[in-house]
Amino acid sequence: MSVIPLGDRDVAPLAPRCWRFWTLDDDQTMTADTADQRPPVQTVRKPFFRKRSAIPGFGLTMGVTLTILSLLVLIPLSAVVLKAAQQSPAEFWAVATSERAMAAYRLSFGAAFVAAAINGVFGVLTAWVLVRYEFPLKTLVNALVDLPFALPTAVAGIALATLYAPTGWVGQFLTPLGIKAAYNPVGVVIALIFIGLPFVVRTVEPVLRDAAADVEEAAASLGASRIQTIARIILPALGPAWLTGFAMAFARGVGEYGSVIFIAGNMPYRSEIAPLLIIIQLEQFEYTRAATIAVVMLAVSFLMLLIINAIQAWARRFD
Amino acid sequence: MTIAIRSVEKQFGRYPALNKVDLEIADGELLALLGPSGSGKTTLLRTIAGLEFPDAGQVLFDGQDVTYASAAARRVGFVFQQYALFKHMTVAKNIAFGLDVRKGKDKPSKAEIARRVEELLKLVELEGLGGRYPSQLSGGQRQRVALSRALAVQPSVLLLDEPFGALDATVRKSLRRELRRVHDATGVTTIFVTHDQEEALELADRVAILNNGRIEQIGTPDQVHDAPETAFVCGFVGEANRFDGQVSGGRFNAGALTVPASALKDGAATAYVRPHDFALDEAGFEVLIERAQVQGALTAVTALTSDGRRLEISASRADADRFTGAVKIVARKAHVYAA
Repeated sequence: MSVIPLGDRDVAPLAPRCWRFWTLDDDQTMTADTADQRPPVQTVRKPFFRKRSAIPGFGLTMGVTLTILSLLVLIPLSAVVLKAAQQSPAEFWAVATSERAMAAYRLSFGAAFVAAAINGVFGVLTAWVLVRYEFPLKTLVNALVDLPFALPTAVAGIALATLYAPTGWVGQFLTPLGIKAAYNPVGVVIALIFIGLPFVVRTVEPVLRDAAADVEEAAASLGASRIQTIARIILPALGPAWLTGFAMAFARGVGEYGSVIFIAGNMPYRSEIAPLLIIIQLEQFEYTRAATIAVVMLAVSFLMLLIINAIQAWARRFD
Repeated sequence: MTIAIRSVEKQFGRYPALNKVDLEIADGELLALLGPSGSGKTTLLRTIAGLEFPDAGQVLFDGQDVTYASAAARRVGFVFQQYALFKHMTVAKNIAFGLDVRKGKDKPSKAEIARRVEELLKLVELEGLGGRYPSQLSGGQRQRVALSRALAVQPSVLLLDEPFGALDATVRKSLRRELRRVHDATGVTTIFVTHDQEEALELADRVAILNNGRIEQIGTPDQVHDAPETAFVCGFVGEANRFDGQVSGGRFNAGALTVPASALKDGAATAYVRPHDFALDEAGFEVLIERAQVQGALTAVTALTSDGRRLEISASRADADRFTGAVKIVARKAHVYAA
């Protein structure tokens, strides 16, 4: 076998392996001539940035996504951070941790958490009823669940305040029991429950619907009671979806403004939510202070959603 | 555990799923319920399990009436078609579930449960996979987990719904042997549902063939294959060439084919001839060979009769060369049923 000159193309390192394969055939001795007759193939570089996908349209969809996210989320939020950065760190810290602000954070995050937790229980129950049973006016109930999505939040706030005020339809029965349900933190929680309910129902419902009946039969045939089947088979399987619903209800509750201000009473240090505090600062032309509180809320919310995502990833470990 | 089904009836809406079904299953037996889809075989299995309750009739376990007892009270081990594994639990937790949900003094200790799980994993050859989740297993492995989960509660009877339906052919074959081995090792009375006659005939001690909510025949694999009692069984179990013709004077005639049918009265009848029951014979009728293909040890032959019927013939591989052009064949054996 003669020595074959290597070309200066990218293909060269690949070529010798092919020749060795060819020369297995003893009758045909490979010569430089025959080898050169094979057209040289240019190697294609592996895509550098994105993984090759069979689904077209990555460039267009990713471009639009990034543009919208930048224009509507990233740039406005950066502006808030930049505004807050116009003061010294000491000033920032003083405003961010002022007693009134701390009380407002506690109320906003605390009430949102409690409301999301309550929704977590009743939302699952509502989803269960909607999926598992047939009853008259089911479509109506189904539509009612979505109403908090569509109703102007101020309308909800005014209606709830009227109902739960000490003289209201519901409030008049609570007052003798010593329960004050409006114009205090309890009112805030009530408003946030109203706002957050559909999130849990609508995320849990499809998972519950898809849960195969044979899994429940399997549990029953293995001797599990109904309670054991629900507690150990059905609810754990709902876990990841439930956490998503909880996180959405919580996030919505933290940011909620319109419905809360009508029922909260808005007393500083007691029933004043953080979004309202921001508005109050704005009305007093204290833009930097407003931005400072906004930045704190932004950071805490982001952190909590990250943590919930991490828990969710853990809860999905079996998928 | 002996099981007796006594004139069980079940309707879904206006559609009868089980129609006066009677069935006796001996202790330690491996029985197949074989039938086409919609024949009621799964409904019968679920009725035995206590997952479905009959409209009329009785289900007896060891002579005790359990017709309306729950699945748990009957202590059945049920393997579902899609396995129904608890996907949020590890394999070990899945297998332990039946023991873990017991209460009070019935509940084995943790160490006892762990020991039992190990034992079962070993039985189905899944040692070391106890910590995996079902999503991390292959179809065949999931099937084994479902089997050992059902066996963990030491069931009085093991029931399997289309146990190998969702698996590919090779895994299916090896799991078939596996089930036979597990059955022989545990001695538990076992009933499985299948639409695959090959599976039923290879695996079961006895086969019950269902059609339209009735049991057409119960017998050993040889009995149902070689002595089918009804036309349906003959057509469903094993391959058969069907001839519609007439019986007159104790002989069945359909075109060129003539076979004895002494037990039947004159009139319309149907005959079935298995592909391997045809043989080359100068005294027979003439057919034209369309195609002769060697398949392993056999030759699969397609032939046309003079009146245009297409026949499937199975011959030995050595005879492949003799099936060319026009040849004469006879039916050595035929199953004839009055139409």
